[in-house]
Amino acid sequence: MTFSTDSRFHRQLVFVNGLLPALLIAIDAWRGQLGANPVEFVTRATGVLTLVFLIITLLVTPLRKLCGWNWLLKQRRLLGLIAFFYGVAHLLTYLAFDRNWLLLSVPGDIAKRPFIAVGMFSFALMLPLAITSTNAMIKKLGGKRWGQLHRLTYVLTIGGVVHYYMLVKSDITWPVIFGLMVAVLLGYRIVAALKKPAKAQRRAA
Amino acid sequence: MSDIPKIPSSEITPEATYQNRRLFIKSGIWAGSLLATSGLYRAFRHKAEVSNTGVVLSAVEDEFKVPLIGMDEVENTFEQIAGYNNFYEFSTDKNRVASKAKNFVTDPWKVEVGGLVGKPRTYDLSDLLKINPVERTYRFRCVEGWSMVIPWVGFPLSQLLKQVEPLSGATHVAFETYFDEKQMPDHRFAGIDLPYVEGLRLDEAMHPLTLLATGLYGKTLPNQNGAPIRLVVPWKYGFKSIKSIVRITLTDKEPPTTWNLAAPREYGFYSNVNPTVSHPRWSQAHERRIGEPGFRETLMFNGYAEQVAHLYKDLDLRKFF
Repeated sequence: MTFSTDSRFHRQLVFVNGLLPALLIAIDAWRGQLGANPVEFVTRATGVLTLVFLIITLLVTPLRKLCGWNWLLKQRRLLGLIAFFYGVAHLLTYLAFDRNWLLLSVPGDIAKRPFIAVGMFSFALMLPLAITSTNAMIKKLGGKRWGQLHRLTYVLTIGGVVHYYMLVKSDITWPVIFGLMVAVLLGYRIVAALKKPAKAQRRAA
Repeated sequence: MSDIPKIPSSEITPEATYQNRRLFIKSGIWAGSLLATSGLYRAFRHKAEVSNTGVVLSAVEDEFKVPLIGMDEVENTFEQIAGYNNFYEFSTDKNRVASKAKNFVTDPWKVEVGGLVGKPRTYDLSDLLKINPVERTYRFRCVEGWSMVIPWVGFPLSQLLKQVEPLSGATHVAFETYFDEKQMPDHRFAGIDLPYVEGLRLDEAMHPLTLLATGLYGKTLPNQNGAPIRLVVPWKYGFKSIKSIVRITLTDKEPPTTWNLAAPREYGFYSNVNPTVSHPRWSQAHERRIGEPGFRETLMFNGYAEQVAHLYKDLDLRKFF
């Protein structure tokens, strides 16, 4: 067995490294090492981790095509689910510490603060993708329709970056860096689609 | 016979060696990836480097005897006050300002006081430290929705203004922060125009609660808290309390202020703490007191309404936020 066929090993690597930040946050929280404003840190960290894993998920296709790392494909759903895991953690942090579990205040907050609305919209788009991430659901939907549905990842990742951009006060460095990464990854797909022979496009239509 | 070349048995890796080698490579990948992941996390979770190296200031309690914080409030720790700062000249990461400002030079230091005054004067820091220092423990409410309780040492700004004798036409006071690209290399990430400027109405500036702080917890200010001298206006959002002041100018019109210039719909000139006027990103009805779980209700004028509300009796605070 060569490295590129050892998908059990890949899975373990992705899973453990993906959840390691959550474990480190939990350890720091337990030791009281999250800084002066732990809630702010956890909110920021889970939000950034969501974006990081969305971007890694979007990296899979270009890396397969450009480097021939086809073995990555088998880990893509797991990467997406880790992004979803951090998205859920981010939302729970908001509900618990920003809203104090006053769930009825959430709609008003969405109306009042545009960046919350954009964040909620992006999170809502993650839900159908997480639900349809099982083998059974792929079979049920059919590979093509499943793939089309999961292109929502593009929209929700843009939404996540916009959400980040809207919430910073004046230092837009990191939102812009994330924005550029997403632009490159989506730009690659647009270029790849335009390069496809016209016949394939007709067939797809 | 096939034409596959025969591999001499001496060149075939024994299975045990092959498995060992794989185990070795795998362990390496595990160790490398876990180190990289936790390293990235550690870089992101920057721990504030705080050291208490200030010089002791001899402060006294002044005649201002009103209770300035509530019975259920306690002072924040030095580590919290000196380890969590907004000082965009040094860094926009509140946990990183302390280490970025570590080598900031605050001696010698001069403060130029001028404009519409009878006796303009450039003060040496040592002159300012001679103005009898008092201790004042105030709430400090940041526009971002967090707050602290800070035991300042300083003197009322009014004492300095009286020395320079404001002219009858003076209506406002403008302040400016020291700015040096060399000492503040990360200023380029700030996203705001520098030097940082702030302003008060003259009656606000003359109010006995308005302090020029030179220390906290009985010692001179840490750099990250605005050394060597800063403004403290406890009933306004923290960004009004401009740090590391080098210029104070009396004027006859409302001076420009940094955050108002950056986003006029978000930050007004007055920026009084007001739970009924919310900010687009932060509800101002509640606040997170650093060191406490949960929220506190935000108080009108940060709890100093009794002392300052009269200043605004003719002002629509929703319009002039």
